[in-house]
Amino acid sequence: MNPAMTPVATPFFFYLLSGLAILGGLLVITRRNAVHSALALIVTLLAVAGLYLMLYAPFVAGVQIIVYAGGIMVLFLFVIMLVNLERTIRERQFNRIWPVGLVAGCALLALFLGVYAKGKSLFPEQARGLAEGNNTQQIGEMLYGNYMFAFEIASLLLLVAILGAVIMAKKRI
Amino acid sequence: MLNALMSYLGSNVTPGEANNQLWALIYVLIIFAGVSVAVVAMNWLERKALAHFQVRLGPMRVGPHGLLQPIADAVKLLLKEDIIPAEADKFVFWIAPLIGLLAAFTVYTVVPFGPSQAVSDMNIGILFMLGVSSLAVLGIVMAGWASNSHYPLIGALRSSAQMVSYEVAMGMAVVSAVLMTSLHGTGLYGASSLSDGTGTLSMIGIVQAQQEQQVWFLFKFFPLGLIAFVIFAIAMVAETNRAPFDLPEAESELTAGFHTEYSGLRWSLFMLAEYAAMIAVSSIAVTLWLGGWMRPFPHWLSGSVWDFIFSLFPGLTFLGLAAIAVRGTLRMPKHNYFRVQTIGLGAFALVLGGIGLLLLAIAIGARASSSEAIARAADSMNNIYWFMIKIAVFMYLFIWYRATWPRYRFDQLMKVGWKVMLPISLGVLIVTAIVGVIA
Amino acid sequence: MAEISTLHYLVVAAALFVLGVIGVLTRRNVVIVLMSIELILNAVNLNLVAFSRMWGGLHGQIFSIFIVVDAAAEAAVGLGILIAFFRNKETINVDEIDLLKW
Repeated sequence: MNPAMTPVATPFFFYLLSGLAILGGLLVITRRNAVHSALALIVTLLAVAGLYLMLYAPFVAGVQIIVYAGGIMVLFLFVIMLVNLERTIRERQFNRIWPVGLVAGCALLALFLGVYAKGKSLFPEQARGLAEGNNTQQIGEMLYGNYMFAFEIASLLLLVAILGAVIMAKKRI
Repeated sequence: MLNALMSYLGSNVTPGEANNQLWALIYVLIIFAGVSVAVVAMNWLERKALAHFQVRLGPMRVGPHGLLQPIADAVKLLLKEDIIPAEADKFVFWIAPLIGLLAAFTVYTVVPFGPSQAVSDMNIGILFMLGVSSLAVLGIVMAGWASNSHYPLIGALRSSAQMVSYEVAMGMAVVSAVLMTSLHGTGLYGASSLSDGTGTLSMIGIVQAQQEQQVWFLFKFFPLGLIAFVIFAIAMVAETNRAPFDLPEAESELTAGFHTEYSGLRWSLFMLAEYAAMIAVSSIAVTLWLGGWMRPFPHWLSGSVWDFIFSLFPGLTFLGLAAIAVRGTLRMPKHNYFRVQTIGLGAFALVLGGIGLLLLAIAIGARASSSEAIARAADSMNNIYWFMIKIAVFMYLFIWYRATWPRYRFDQLMKVGWKVMLPISLGVLIVTAIVGVIA
Repeated sequence: MAEISTLHYLVVAAALFVLGVIGVLTRRNVVIVLMSIELILNAVNLNLVAFSRMWGGLHGQIFSIFIVVDAAAEAAVGLGILIAFFRNKETINVDEIDLLKW
C-alpha cells in the first residue's frame, strides 16, 4: 500500500461523515415535506460515499455518486414533483400504529448491538487491507471474470426494469 | 511553517500525493481565484463576441471597450433587492444555487494543469468529475421546484431531463477515450500486443498515456477518436444548458426557465455555476482528447530548439494582446471626454505587455541559464499555458455556437440525445475495443 | 477510540438500517417509504464494503455494485407503480391504498 495514500485524520472524518449520514437518515424519516426528505437522503448518500472512500473503495464511491445521488435521487425528485399535492403537507404524516414501528426498530437495533458486542472477539485484530492503486482494474477483472454471469443478469434486470417502468407510467398502453 | 511551504516546491507530485494540506489549500485558492477571473472574462468576451457576430459593438461605455462592464454587472447584481416568491420553500430556494455552485467548483480538484499541477490526482479522476458534474442536475431541479411557479418548474424539468439524457452519451464517449489509455502502442493506429489492460481513470494518467502513445486521442484510430470527441463536444454543450440546447433557460421561450424567480446575488450564483461548469467540461474534453498540457507536435518537432520556440508562445500571446490594446488606445477619439478611457486602456496594454515580457524572460532564462528553479517555472508556465489556450478555444466555440445556431425544440433535443448520440457512442466504443484488440 | 475498526462501520450501518426500518413501518407517504428502503440498501452496502476491507478481498465491493444496480431498478419500478396508482386514486398515502381489502 502506498503510504502516501493512507487517509489522514481518520477519526475526525469518520465521525463527521457517519454523523452526517445518521443525521440525514433521521431527517429522511421525520420531515413532513417530501422534497426535504429527498434532500436529506442526498446528504446521507454523499456521506456514505465518503465512508466508502475511507474504506479504500473509490470505485464504489464513484458509482454511488453517479448512480445513486445523481440518478436515482433525480428520479425521486421528479416523481415527488409529479405527485406532490398541497393537501398531503397538511395531513397526518405518521401511521396510527407508529409506536409499534418505533419499538420494533429499537428492538432490532438492540439486537444488532448485542450481536456485535458478543461477537467482538471474532473480528481479526488488523484489517487485511486493500490496495487503492488499482482498485478499478481489479474490480473490472473480477466483474468480467468471476462474476460475468451475474453481470449479464444484472443487465437483463435493468432491461426488465426499463420496460416495466415505461409501461406502467404510460397513460394508454 | 515556512519549511512546510518551501519543502514542497522541490517535489514533482501533486499536493494530494505529497499529503501536503497547506499547498493543497493554496492550490484550491489559486484555482478558485482563477476560475472567478475566467468567469468574469468570459462574461465580457461573450457580450463583445456576440455583438460583433451580430454586427454591433457591444458594451463600449463602462470601461474602455466595455472592459469594466462585468464589474458594473456584478455591482448591480449585488445591490439588487432579494426577492423570494410568496409561497416558495425558503430553505430549498436558498440552497439550490449553492448546490449548483458546489457541483461546478468541486470538479476542479482533479483538473490537471500539468503533470503535478493538480490539487489531487485521484485514481478515479474522470469518474469523480462525471459524478460530481451530475450533481448539478439536483440544483436545477430544486431551483425550479422551490420557485413555486409554472415556468420555472417546466424549465427545471426540461433542463434536468436534457442533462440526464446527454450524460449517458457523455459517459460512453469518455469510456471510449479511457479505453484508449490501455493500448500502449505508439502512433496513430498503434496498439501494442502487450495491452494488459492497465489503462487508468486518473486525469494525469490519461494525459501521460497520450504522451506515451505520442498521439492525441483525438487522432487515435482515426476517425474513432474524432467521433468520440465530437459526441462529447455536443453532449457537453447540452450538459451545460448552452445554445443550441438552451431551451430551458432561453428568454424567448420560458421567461428564463428555472432561474426566473431568482434575482440579484442568487442569479449571479447560477451564472457563475454555469460558466464554471462550461470550463470544467471543456477541461475534460481537453484532457481526454486534446492532449491536456502537451504542446502541439511534441514528437514531430522535438528537440530543445523546438521546445524553446514553443515556450516563447505564452509571452508572445500576451504581447500580441498588448499590441491589440495599444492599437485600440491609438484609435480612441481624441476628445477630452475620452481621456480617462484612453489612459485606462493604455494602462491595460502596459500590464499585458509586462506580463508578456515576464513570460518571455522566464522562457529565455530557462534556455540560457541552468538554474533548476527557472526551468521548473518555465515548465509550469508552458503546461498551464497550453492547457488554458485549448480551454480558451473551447470557450470561444461555446460563444460561436450561441451566436450562430438556432435552438433545438425540446422533443428534437431528446430525440437527438437518445436516438442519435447514444447509438453512435455505443458503436464507437465497440469498434474502438475491437480495433484495439485486433491491431 | 483512536483506531476506527470495522466494528465502527458496522454500528453506523446498523443505525442506518434501523432508521430505514422505522421509516418503512411508520410513514404514510409512499415516496418516503421508498426512500427509507433506499436507506436500508445503503446500510447493507456499507456493511458489505466494510467487510470487504476487513477480509482484504473485493467480493464485497462487487456485491455492493450489484446492489446499487438493483436499487436503481427497484426505485424505477416502484415509482412507476406509484405514478400508475396515483393516476387512479389521487392519493399517496399507504393507508389509503386498500382497494383489495374487504
